[in-house]
Amino acid sequence: MIIEHLSYSYNSGTPSEALALKDVSVSVSRGEWVSIVGHTGSGKSTLAQHMNALLIPQSGLVEIDGVQVTPKAKGLRELRRKVGLVFQYPEQQFFAETARDEIAFAPANWGASGEELEQCVDYAVSSVGLEPDLLGANPFSLSGGQQRRVAMASVIAMKPDYLVLDEPTAGLDAPGINELIRLLKKLRSEGLAVIQVTHDLQSALDHSDRLLVLENGMSVAGGAPEEIAQYLLENPVRGLVMPPLVQFAAGLRERGITLDLTSDIGTIIKKIEERRPCAGIAGERQDTCSF
Amino acid sequence: MQFLSGISLGQFIPGDSLLHRLDPRCKIISTFLLITGLFMASKIPDLVLWGIFLLALPALSGISLKTILKSARPILFLVAITALLNLFWTPGRAVFQAGFLKVTEEGLMTAFEMGMRLFFLVVFASMLMMTTNPMAFSDGLERLLSPLSKIGFPSSEMAVMMTIALRFIPTLFEETDRILKAQLSRGADFESGGLLKRARSFIPVLIPLFILVFQRAENLAIAMESRCYVPGMARTRLNPLVWSGKETAAILGLLAFITAVVLLDRSYFLGFVAI
Ligand SMILES: Nc1ncnc2c1ncn2[C@@H]1O[C@H](COP(=O)(O)OP(=O)(O)OP(=O)(O)O)[C@@H](O)[C@H]1O
Ligand SMILES: [Mg+2]
Repeated sequence: MIIEHLSYSYNSGTPSEALALKDVSVSVSRGEWVSIVGHTGSGKSTLAQHMNALLIPQSGLVEIDGVQVTPKAKGLRELRRKVGLVFQYPEQQFFAETARDEIAFAPANWGASGEELEQCVDYAVSSVGLEPDLLGANPFSLSGGQQRRVAMASVIAMKPDYLVLDEPTAGLDAPGINELIRLLKKLRSEGLAVIQVTHDLQSALDHSDRLLVLENGMSVAGGAPEEIAQYLLENPVRGLVMPPLVQFAAGLRERGITLDLTSDIGTIIKKIEERRPCAGIAGERQDTCSF
Repeated sequence: MQFLSGISLGQFIPGDSLLHRLDPRCKIISTFLLITGLFMASKIPDLVLWGIFLLALPALSGISLKTILKSARPILFLVAITALLNLFWTPGRAVFQAGFLKVTEEGLMTAFEMGMRLFFLVVFASMLMMTTNPMAFSDGLERLLSPLSKIGFPSSEMAVMMTIALRFIPTLFEETDRILKAQLSRGADFESGGLLKRARSFIPVLIPLFILVFQRAENLAIAMESRCYVPGMARTRLNPLVWSGKETAAILGLLAFITAVVLLDRSYFLGFVAI
């Protein structure tokens, strides 16, 4: 999936025109986990909807598996199967009477039936770790965490090659988040591209292969987690909670120790140790040491 | 693609123009005066004056003429229908006849005048909505209707209901747009198939929408109750409405203009009869 110089404004040509994306470029390949981070209103959801051909680029290019998204392009529906999009609060789209029907909605829309449909549903249910006896339940009567799983399953059931998730962790508790991350890692290892929209920098730095930082609709940084951590150390982004590591490094810098977060952890520890009044960060006499 | 874009009939456009700053009561009364005036005088020469008035609106409201004219677009269809009906159903001297369809000279005139009258009506009414924040509008309406509460008319409840409805219309469109998109990305197809199939394909949109609306209504009720809202109880205002000299001047000016148009209309009519 290739996105180049993408710009988009809502209500263009009216007095309430609002620029949501400006000159954003990013590419994602299969088996990769890319996180899109940014403050609220920075254009993350707008970018996510372009990946699914729900929004058509006003300028710039969106190309998915060789198909370019244009207003007249054929096969946009096929693209929407390839790129599964899990919306923010996806449980608000529920309409079916049972969780099974909800999960079967997408594959059935693409013509799966009978044995094949069963197989899609089973695959999705086991992927998200939903207890099979909940399948007959009314989706509205499930708990929040179970609802989120049904919603995820309803997208995974169409076996997408790319999975775009808009704030998938919003409203989940800590075990729920851990479980979700385990699921996404598993899907990535199966060859899916995972694109996660989030404002949780720490989790994005921990789990993704690459990050894209959006600020006011513009991409201000992109790269591996270490590079992004280093970037954030130098340019804190308004409206995002800086991860503890970055805060720590910023605190050290105020005291005259400049860390390079892109270097490996051994080098960083050595750098800190050099400035300590006593040696051995993991040594026995820690009680006598203080910064 | 944005599925429900361009619904701009009378949407509030924030600004700081003379019209924006006028008391909402003044604008509501003015709109009624204008509508009355339009019904009293909409012959072709009068329409010229109304047109001149329309051309003054961009300067008064800070809204471009293009946007003002665009606000009438959703009802152009209605204007056309009205004009067509009048075109064929007005008796008089025929200028064109095909079968039972007969176009008369009088029909042409009436069609044009009726169409233009409707057009001006919508443009003036949407001018009110474009320059008045919905909250201020319902405030103004409440104050104007408050004398009726003496005879048991629930004017303040009406105003609250209207505020809420106006406040939630855009939200409702946003939610519909979001749910439509969500179902589209799960492969829903709203465009192909017969009428029945297409109608059925909207079930996955309508059900979540209804659920959301009820949830919102409930949340709103709880929020209002927890802030001690009691229907019918007198409340004070954060921004009380002020009727100052400029409101009086605006009304008087408008009245003078409308009187002039009506007088012109009558003199034209008298002159026409004299000939
Ligand atoms: N349907 C819409 N109509 C008009 N403007 C919109 C619409 N959706 C979003 N915007 C505007 O576009 C900008 C980007 O919005 P977007 O939803 O992409 O942000 P986001 O990064 O996803 O924010 P959040 O973290 O709050 O979900 C915002 O300024 C928003 O006000
Ligand atoms: Mg968003």
